[in-house]
Amino acid sequence: MNAEQMSGLIAERIPGAVTGQNFENVDPWLEISPVQFHKVCEFLRDDPRLAMNYLHCISGVDYLEVDPKKIAKAGFEPHLEVVYHLSSLEHRHRLVLKVFLQRWQDDRRGEIPELDSVADLWSTADWHEREVYDLCGVRFTGHPNLRRILCPEDWEGHPLRKDYEMPLEYHGIRGR
Amino acid sequence: MPATIDDPRIIEFDVRTEEMLVNMGPQHPSTHGVLRLVLRTDGEIVSEVTPHIGYLHRCAEKIGENLTPRQWIPYTDRMDYLAGMNMNLGWSLCVEKLLKYELPERGRHLRVIIAELGRMASHLVGMGAYGLDLGTFSPFLYAFRERERILDLFEEACGARLTYSYLTVGGATADLPHGWTDKCLAFLDQFEPVIAEYHTLLTTNAIFVKRTAKIGILSPEMAIDYGCSGPVTRGSGIDFDLRRDGEPIYTSMYEGYQFEVICERNGHYPNDHAYPAVPREAVLGDCWHRFYVRMLEVVQSIGLIRQAIENYHRSSGSHGEPIKLNQKLPKGEAYLETEAPRGQMGFGIVSRGEAIPWRVRARSSSFSNLAVCPELCRGCLIADVPAVVGSLDVVMGEIDR
Repeated sequence: MNAEQMSGLIAERIPGAVTGQNFENVDPWLEISPVQFHKVCEFLRDDPRLAMNYLHCISGVDYLEVDPKKIAKAGFEPHLEVVYHLSSLEHRHRLVLKVFLQRWQDDRRGEIPELDSVADLWSTADWHEREVYDLCGVRFTGHPNLRRILCPEDWEGHPLRKDYEMPLEYHGIRGR
Repeated sequence: MPATIDDPRIIEFDVRTEEMLVNMGPQHPSTHGVLRLVLRTDGEIVSEVTPHIGYLHRCAEKIGENLTPRQWIPYTDRMDYLAGMNMNLGWSLCVEKLLKYELPERGRHLRVIIAELGRMASHLVGMGAYGLDLGTFSPFLYAFRERERILDLFEEACGARLTYSYLTVGGATADLPHGWTDKCLAFLDQFEPVIAEYHTLLTTNAIFVKRTAKIGILSPEMAIDYGCSGPVTRGSGIDFDLRRDGEPIYTSMYEGYQFEVICERNGHYPNDHAYPAVPREAVLGDCWHRFYVRMLEVVQSIGLIRQAIENYHRSSGSHGEPIKLNQKLPKGEAYLETEAPRGQMGFGIVSRGEAIPWRVRARSSSFSNLAVCPELCRGCLIADVPAVVGSLDVVMGEIDR
């Protein structure tokens, strides 16, 4: 099944969930509304026509142009994307889901955005969501154990954000 | 009163125990790098294992946002440092997927030779180190003796023994040197009969079987749920290998090659009459099966390299031209997983039309394979923890990136 058909199935079952799509990209992707995201995932996993039983990867991508000269030409509003790569071992088809989030919850700087955790659907998501939380700063609600995974627990900031600044000092170790 | 009790939890029936947290690692010989495990134990029984990772985190993905794809190749070497060639290949193919670049035939065969040699070298370490974990030293020496010869071959091809940066976006940095394939074939001829020795050393060794059979059983459902891959899932009987089932850009590399995906089907491994029989104690999905799958995959790799060398000499054209160091990338996003020795290694790239990618992503196979470790270790003995972790064959450089 290709991404177009899958998009149709999702739209039929959960109207309004697919808020955007790109079938021309090398890996076609669907944009899913964050509110219905968990519902969509549950449908993708449990519907026998889709049977997306394998979650490959969750990645966070920060879209923020930090160079003031390039802001005008950036072509996007600052936002954060969480990308899910799914596949079905049974049907041998793949799908890429994207969720667009605000960089800061309600534009309150320092408050990271929230998204439903899918760790209850695929256990892979457990560690992968922790990684996205750690490096990109997304709070996954309903995650059983959301704490940093690669950085130390008392680390500040989320390194894969484009406006991240390396701390000058960490426990007496000089940074930068 | 001596008693024989099968249930390990009853061994200490008359000993008063209390719950204790035992810290294993990060510097521990059997954790394969800097992995820290916190064990919640009651006597000898482990009730909970919590892995703590990140000691080797080098911000590879952040670095990738400041370099062009070819400049990032050396950083992929340092991920799974036991299979640098396969990491180079994964990243190169991912960028080639974005570029819609097609490699000349000769280059494809060259990549098969190199990738499969890398797999053999990696599985040899996996095998030898697993022996070390379980307290036997000699298999490690034998394994390294053979691996040394593979490293010699790699050194001749690219000048490096560990961090190769040989396969690169657009092909390989250089063609194989004159006479290299003869040396490679000579190595294979010498190596193939030796594998039987390894089987007597470990696979059928009574102590080894006792330490690995029926330990850390991973059910196929759990393997899929946790996103495990590679020999870990195939050891649970899942018939899936990206070399056969992956995306076209990757499977086209292996087009026309004869090889078997190693996993148990209807109670049999492919050509299993040629190898030692599965011991009666072993259960599908246990540590022994994961080890056995690796041993059999080495034999498949030998066959693949023989075919690839033949194809390489028959095919014409070049080994591929590396792309310009600062070549502009098309706008778009690509993600590709390849079958690295430890499982499905995924690389992703997001490009906004410049020479430097906006975001790079490395999905580590060991990362997901290690995540299942707490499930496998629940209720086992402390001594079995190294057996389980060793059978997952994780490399911390790849997990922490």
